[in-house]
Amino acid sequence: MSEPVSALSNASFDGLVHVQEAGLHGMIALRGDLDSEALQSAVTNSAGVGVPAPRTVVFDGARGAAWMSPDELLVFCPYPEAGATLAQLTDALGGAHALAVDVSDARAVFEVRGPRMREVIAKLAPVDMSAAAFQPGTIRRTRFAQVAAAVWLVDDAEARIVCFRSVAPYMFALLCTAAAPGGEVGMF
Amino acid sequence: MLILECPYCGVKAEETELHGGGEAHLVRRGPDSSDDAFESYLFQRQNPKGVHFERWRHAYGCGKWFHAARCTATLEVFGTYSAQVSEPPQQIRDRIAARRPGWSWSDQG
Ligand SMILES: [Zn+2]
Repeated sequence: MSEPVSALSNASFDGLVHVQEAGLHGMIALRGDLDSEALQSAVTNSAGVGVPAPRTVVFDGARGAAWMSPDELLVFCPYPEAGATLAQLTDALGGAHALAVDVSDARAVFEVRGPRMREVIAKLAPVDMSAAAFQPGTIRRTRFAQVAAAVWLVDDAEARIVCFRSVAPYMFALLCTAAAPGGEVGMF
Repeated sequence: MLILECPYCGVKAEETELHGGGEAHLVRRGPDSSDDAFESYLFQRQNPKGVHFERWRHAYGCGKWFHAARCTATLEVFGTYSAQVSEPPQQIRDRIAARRPGWSWSDQG
């Protein structure tokens, strides 16, 4: 049996913030009618959390769901449980018009932690990172320099970023560059 | 810098998160149309200095197509609205008329 490895094997960097490739996560892309009873109960039963409100995430430990678009969620679970969670979700959806796919090995997750977290992200994404505009629990799909990503705040000092696994080295290099000592802006 | 609020996800997206899709509300001409009408459908586009209706896609976001009404000269945005319409909604027309006295949708196209 081969050993699963994350995109950058938990690579980390300490500069203006702590940057860390956050390892393996179970991730299931789910598309369907988010308002439907069938999808909502399927998510509650298999993901262990309710369907998040638009532009928000809900987490209960390692399990959670992120709102990705008006008809798309990204469901999180422990990596080894992705297969079982997907099977449970698919089963619960029954005949409902929906699509659930295990994307755990097609995405990378990064953690950006420290008091200058907002400043480092603001250098890379065209998003208002002020505390008034971007609060913990909010998710925003955007771009980090040239690659697509989704970013949400765990709390006022920690952000999580999901991007395609194929661009993980690029994302890590971006974050390290933006967090290089000497690059303080003092914006937030 | 152009900022458009995506009517589907509510994100105020900056221009680089969007992909422009050209003039909105084109009427499709098929094989049974005249050559002139078909050529016009394929190639003729408005290029106004002023009020313009466009298609945009929230490419680095929810991925949805939507419509936007804006002024090409001042970059003033009159509003964004659903892609599932073939004409701008009344609310958007009213907003444009209020900002550009004398403007009317029936003068377009
Ligand atoms: Zn959108």
